[in-house]
Amino acid sequence: MEEILAVKDLAIDFATYAGVVHAIRHVDFHLNKGETLAIVGESGSGKSVTMRTVMGLLANNASVVSGTVQLAGEDVLAKSEKALNEMRGNEVAMIFQDPMTSLDPTMPIGKQVAEPLLLHTKTTKAEALKEAVRVLTLVGITDAQSRLKDYPHQFSGGQRQRIVIAIAIINHPQVLIADEPTTALDVTVQAQIISLLKAIQKKIDTAIIFITHDLGVVAGIADRVAVMYAGKIVEYGTVDEIFYNPMHPYTWGLLEAMPTLSTVRQRLFAIPGTPPDLLNPPQGDAFAPRNPYAMKIDQEQEPPFFPVSKTHAAATWLLHPDAPAVEPPEEIKRRKQLWAQKEAKR
Amino acid sequence: MTEALVKVRHLVQTFNAGKKDEVRALQDLSFEIYKGETLGLVGESGSGKTTTGRALIRLYRPTSGEIVFAGQDIAQLKNGTPQMLAFRRQTQMIFQDPYASLNPRMKVKDIIAEGLDIHHLVHSSQERDARVAALLAEVGLNRDHASRYPHEFSGGQRQRIGIARALAVQPQFIIADEPISALDVSIQAQVVNLLKDIQAKKGLTYLFIAHDLSMVKYISDRIAVMHNGRLVELASADEVYNHPLHPYTQSLLSAIPEPDPDRERQREPLVYDASMAESGERQLVEVFPEHYVLATAAEVATYREAH
Repeated sequence: MEEILAVKDLAIDFATYAGVVHAIRHVDFHLNKGETLAIVGESGSGKSVTMRTVMGLLANNASVVSGTVQLAGEDVLAKSEKALNEMRGNEVAMIFQDPMTSLDPTMPIGKQVAEPLLLHTKTTKAEALKEAVRVLTLVGITDAQSRLKDYPHQFSGGQRQRIVIAIAIINHPQVLIADEPTTALDVTVQAQIISLLKAIQKKIDTAIIFITHDLGVVAGIADRVAVMYAGKIVEYGTVDEIFYNPMHPYTWGLLEAMPTLSTVRQRLFAIPGTPPDLLNPPQGDAFAPRNPYAMKIDQEQEPPFFPVSKTHAAATWLLHPDAPAVEPPEEIKRRKQLWAQKEAKR
Repeated sequence: MTEALVKVRHLVQTFNAGKKDEVRALQDLSFEIYKGETLGLVGESGSGKTTTGRALIRLYRPTSGEIVFAGQDIAQLKNGTPQMLAFRRQTQMIFQDPYASLNPRMKVKDIIAEGLDIHHLVHSSQERDARVAALLAEVGLNRDHASRYPHEFSGGQRQRIGIARALAVQPQFIIADEPISALDVSIQAQVVNLLKDIQAKKGLTYLFIAHDLSMVKYISDRIAVMHNGRLVELASADEVYNHPLHPYTQSLLSAIPEPDPDRERQREPLVYDASMAESGERQLVEVFPEHYVLATAAEVATYREAH
């Protein structure tokens, strides 16, 4: 499979009044053409900062300590602001969480959708608006022609997110970054937006990075999943590997903390404690203080990635050959049984 | 025997009545909340679930209808009356946004003790501090937190402060309006467990408003589904999930994403056609024991037959 995006050894610090925050601590991942990669993690785990780096949208107080970001063979971090402007909205586009704030309230939506075309290609205004109608229809805005002059406030939340998607895809980007695109929406609308993204992906053959903390959404959209914690990726694999054969205790905790419709437990499992302070990242494994399976070595040394399969690896000492065998939580055992059944069938 | 703490009868809430921009937010709502239970209230944005919560705590004055709380109709009580003050002490609210619902310029102890002061429940500063310390302990914070400001806390901790504030006046009934929507998954579970523990300890009654249906099912004894300002279905949590009758409930359930790739691949969301509700007179009917559905007489017959 062809790689469209490769992030290698990325580390980013933020200078704040309280000190230096090590927001991204050596992240590696890649994205293949046409696939969907979901990045899962809680607030502050660094998923949005990583994506902003890919877009060249880092805040002024951020500095890249190490690493490279290769998009379609070009180094994003070396690009000038002008080159970045050419890249954004053209090769790579982003859909943000809140459709209320990512549209300009004072500009008619037709103009907003046509804007990337006018900026990046030699298109006349009339042609661009014609294309805007086509894309708006594609994302499910009915009677788009007559709504070109309407303003964002005249649309519902779900329709606004559709318009944001139209803006993002009008130039057929190779990479589409969706940062929690459905978090602000109702479940029914969320389901519609997700199936829309899938349909568009097929149509224009774009690769999608889907950032979310909702594992339910991930199960429905992702080909591969990367789990982030405290500025690092702690586990990655195909969607089936992560959901049916998870290895990292943090992934276990996330899966366990979500009630499914069949959950009839008395108490929900809650990962104890809170994420670490990245001003002073703890020595050893950052998840160790919240990890019931933590061993002595977790306090002292950060675990490297241990491969599970060609596509699956996790950074936990539990996978070290010398580690004692541990019994995962019930919910994880249930999932691993499903995995064993799938393996047997294969 | 289940005893109703709150009885809502034919509640109507209309905003800007008689004007061009009239909004009929709640239309003829009738339901009961039993003592000690958690009633989950779900529906999409604009369905009226938050308005219902706010009407029940009397942040709005209902246009018509009754809200009987512990035997007394509070729907038309006037602000400032002793009855209203007494009611407000019995009913407390936990809000969605832990950032916006705590005054950033007040210390945690003053936020928590505000209700104690208003209701004259403490008589000395030592007593006040002791109550605050006890409340903080109850929600899993420690007494040192009392002299800090809200910005020094994480989202989950702030929501705990909001819960402590609600508990301060020892209410019977708590309305939680999307209390976990703004929190991360791992923290959501902590807050939900805390709410459940407190309920078990104090015998509280909850109205839990949310759009996250899997969490609502987990926390609720019964679930009420709202659509367009009307209650469309009300039954026990299991009944709503296993035998939903109203097409809107069915579409809502079919849209819930599950953390299971195999099921997601097979999932086919049902689309609810709202125009079906336009024809015919519908009423909330007890189709099966304790299972209410908004339906026409003909629909009720079909539901019963299919059973």
